[in-house]
Amino acid sequence: MFTVISRIFHFGFKNFWRNGWLTTITVVIMTLALLVFSWLIFFGVVTSRAAASIEDKIDISVYFNTNTSEDEILNIQQSLEGLSQVQSVDYVSRDQALSTFKQNHSADQTITQAVNELDSNPLEASLNIKAKNPSEYGAIADYLSSGDLSQYIDSVSYTQNQSIIDRLAHIVKTVEVGGVVVMIVFALLAGLVVFNTIRLAIYANREEIGIMRVVGASNPLVRGPYVVEGMLCGAISAFVALVISAPILYAVNPYLNIFIPGMNLFQYFLSHAVALFCYLLLFGIALGGASSFIAVRRYLKN
Amino acid sequence: MIVFQGVSKKFVGDGQTALEDVTFEVDPGEFVSLAGRSGAGKSTIIKLLIGEDKPSKGRVFFGQYEVNKLRDKELPAFRRHIGVVFQDFRLLPMKSAYENVAFALEVSGRPQREIEELVPQVLDMVGLADKMKNFPNQLSGGERQRVAIARAMVHRPEVIIADEPTGNLDPFHTFEIVKLLEKINELGTTVLLATHDKEVINSLERRVITLDRGRIVRDEKEGKYILV
Repeated sequence: MFTVISRIFHFGFKNFWRNGWLTTITVVIMTLALLVFSWLIFFGVVTSRAAASIEDKIDISVYFNTNTSEDEILNIQQSLEGLSQVQSVDYVSRDQALSTFKQNHSADQTITQAVNELDSNPLEASLNIKAKNPSEYGAIADYLSSGDLSQYIDSVSYTQNQSIIDRLAHIVKTVEVGGVVVMIVFALLAGLVVFNTIRLAIYANREEIGIMRVVGASNPLVRGPYVVEGMLCGAISAFVALVISAPILYAVNPYLNIFIPGMNLFQYFLSHAVALFCYLLLFGIALGGASSFIAVRRYLKN
Repeated sequence: MIVFQGVSKKFVGDGQTALEDVTFEVDPGEFVSLAGRSGAGKSTIIKLLIGEDKPSKGRVFFGQYEVNKLRDKELPAFRRHIGVVFQDFRLLPMKSAYENVAFALEVSGRPQREIEELVPQVLDMVGLADKMKNFPNQLSGGERQRVAIARAMVHRPEVIIADEPTGNLDPFHTFEIVKLLEKINELGTTVLLATHDKEVINSLERRVITLDRGRIVRDEKEGKYILV
């Protein structure tokens, strides 16, 4: 058994070097497929970051009547925090709202002067609510408009921005679902291209397979070296794909930053390079090995 | 040792008959020539004998094996009892002469030390000791056929089957190959030679089974090639 296995690997490695251009073409095609695969991973990261960044910008604010006491507002905050749809609730007091307003308009003399001339603080206290899922803002808004609470509330920003929030929520969902669909479709396409390339390479070797069979080689000894060769092509392609990805990501990163502020894909690549290499290696070896295994099968009869 | 019992072969599709009711036996140590024109059925007999094809009717025996009943996965082990030489050499192009011969031993799981000892001996016997490292495309037709014979005999098979082994060779190399097959036979291996070369058959003066349009028309102990 050990002799057979060691011979399978020996033949596999030898064929890999001796098959020259056939091996090179297979490695090139597999590298392209693995580049697609690795970029699908990056695409997944970018879409999830983009979705998170959109999600982060969505919240609703509840403005309370100026005669509502702070205790009452804090009670409402507590009850909101108890809702399963709510992720966080931030309280902004009337004084905080005023100081933020002043700070934001410190450059505008007219506004600063107008505010200073007022006898009392005209701004309302508010609660900023973030939902766990953007589609749940409707339910939170319904809760706020219920009879008991509506007496304290002056306005809810959701009712003013409902269409924008709903549209953003829809975009987030579409980006997430679309990303998964695109990943599956492209991974399948890449897999099919590699499978067909290996199938053609083995088709070119069909006579050799026939000769091995006539000489008395068992199926594992005929098939094994091709599987090893396919796995080797996959492993080398994984390494090449990783090396090629680095400069491309470095070049693309600044442009990506414009669309998604704070996103550093190159940094992500560097910090996840080992894990990414392991994924590529696994995908490459599995794809190369399985394609060879399947492709040789049809020539193992007679 | 080799028994064909009422074997017929019809091809699927065009329904052409390649063999019709062929019956013969070959004893251990014999040198038998299968003679006949192209298309007489020589190669079909060889294909049926090595399990590359199955008969439409009849039975084919090799030793304890009923070849026509062997399953795909049983064929490799069975074929290790036979050495086959083809007209087109059928050498593995990516392997050197040494590696091609060694392959026949490697598939039978022989230890490396035995392979390293046997292969040079056999290549020396066929006169290729100095071309062991050459690849098939670096060898002449005669040399390639000698590598093929070395590969066929290295694992000491019970029988060597040669299908038109001289078909692609000039008269000088043809004579060389025939001498080699005779030498192998003298060492005790049964040889079954399929050829349409009159000179070869007549020079051998051994048993000749003559085929014509899929039927055996003559089977003589010390036969000649006689056109029907």
